[in-house]
Amino acid sequence: MVTAADRATSVARPKVEVRDLTIRYGQKIALHNVTLDIRENEIFGIIGPANSGKTSFVRALNRMDLFTPGMRVDGTIRFDGREIDKWRNVYALRKRIGVVFPLPVGLPMTIYDNVALAPRLSGVKKRAVLDEIVERCLQRAALWDEVKDRLDSLGSLLSGGQQQRLTIARALSQDPDLLLLDEFSIAVDPVTTMRIEDVLKVLKEEITIVLVTNLVQQARRLADRTAFFLMGEMVEIADTEDLFTRKTEDERTQAYVEGRFG
Amino acid sequence: MFEASQLNIRNRKVERLWGLLFLVMTILLILPVLVILGVLIYKGGPILSIDFLFTEPKDGMTAGGIFPALVGTVWLVAVALLASVPVGVAAALYLSEYAPDNWLTRVINLAIINLAGVPSIVHALFGVGAFVLFFRFGTSILAASLTLAIMTLPVVIVATRESLQAVPQAFREACWNMGASRWQTIRHVVLPNSISGILTGVILEVSRTAGETAPIMFTGAAFFLPFLPQSVYDQTMAMSLHLFVISTQVPGVPEAMPFGVALVLISMVLVMNAVSIAFRMYLRGKKKW
Repeated sequence: MVTAADRATSVARPKVEVRDLTIRYGQKIALHNVTLDIRENEIFGIIGPANSGKTSFVRALNRMDLFTPGMRVDGTIRFDGREIDKWRNVYALRKRIGVVFPLPVGLPMTIYDNVALAPRLSGVKKRAVLDEIVERCLQRAALWDEVKDRLDSLGSLLSGGQQQRLTIARALSQDPDLLLLDEFSIAVDPVTTMRIEDVLKVLKEEITIVLVTNLVQQARRLADRTAFFLMGEMVEIADTEDLFTRKTEDERTQAYVEGRFG
Repeated sequence: MFEASQLNIRNRKVERLWGLLFLVMTILLILPVLVILGVLIYKGGPILSIDFLFTEPKDGMTAGGIFPALVGTVWLVAVALLASVPVGVAAALYLSEYAPDNWLTRVINLAIINLAGVPSIVHALFGVGAFVLFFRFGTSILAASLTLAIMTLPVVIVATRESLQAVPQAFREACWNMGASRWQTIRHVVLPNSISGILTGVILEVSRTAGETAPIMFTGAAFFLPFLPQSVYDQTMAMSLHLFVISTQVPGVPEAMPFGVALVLISMVLVMNAVSIAFRMYLRGKKKW
């Protein structure tokens, strides 16, 4: 007998399905045999010390292996049910996935153009529509109040923390359904980080978010489920609260979240 | 406690010695340039006048001016640019932005470096064979300019590729991650930030093209032709060849004349270089990161 709950789970296909993902750079294995699902409209946290394969995972999701020399991805990743290396149009895939990396990249154009670039590339031309997108994205990235009077100044001349928020605004301007955040708060002050975190909590109603973070408390505050990566292996994956309240099995996870190593 | 030790004193002496050595080398380097300019101005200066620039040679090139040669050089350089800049920039864009890192790309890069090393007289003979004879352009501005274009292509390619690669990779990746195609990325991010370097390379190429003699000697530059060219299929006089001719081939040329021609030619080149430097400084002031 098929219950309603069963039907619900079978209908709600995961946003991203990762199977036996192995990532190599030349001979070096960065991530080994990872299998996991990322559900629709969740914030999926990934924690782990340096060199654990977190960033490689993010790069593989966006098919950055295509322009990273030496990077090889094995296994399958499905995005909305379609294997991403079967997408003929990789640009269309990347348009649906926004990425933010730890180092801010303010493109050498005006603040306005930074945020309007992605919509323009997709063919949006009307000034009013662009204005609206720029304001909404800058608001969400908690940058609007600081720059609304100088949208014509250069994005690359903002301070590091502001550039990072500009980078976030740019990622949002694509109107992605999956947002990959890799240590987004590393260059951002704590107060602003809190404001962006509040935005993320609202955003997850609309989109799915993968949050890679060194700050285990940030994962605890935001993530619905969290995976712990260590030395290129996924140690375990659990509901975030379980991970932080010693309900999980692996000793190493506990040691890490309690700050006993890493 | 703060007194100089023996070692400190010795280090300071050695330091001064090296500094002095490098200074002397640098002065030796610019000395020839200053001497050349000085002699040219001293000997050729008096003959310069508006008439000298804007009248044609007379009395078997022993009198009159250099107007046809001046115009001819402008033609040759302009047509050479029209041919080499689009091809060179496109090739550099391919090599920098599209080419995979494989043996073919490496062979192409090697070929470009070698092309830059081919002597200009070999280019000249190639120009005769390819453009004058095979394509039947005859000895004409077209054949001469294409020969010049081929000779300067490696310079354009290398200069352009270097300015493209000066654009940080992070800018490209940020753009690709938004779903921009390679061309969109080039169009919106790479080119706007490398155009100053590309233009500088082009201007430097102009100054080099203007002075070349061998490649145009057999392909389109005339010994003596007191008319202005009407189209790219005409022959023309050129400054560099004219200088060679009146210095070595024609008896009875007044001594000041070759110096005057050389002075005009070198001034053209120096002005182009100055423009290029000023332009670069202007754009660097506007550098956006």
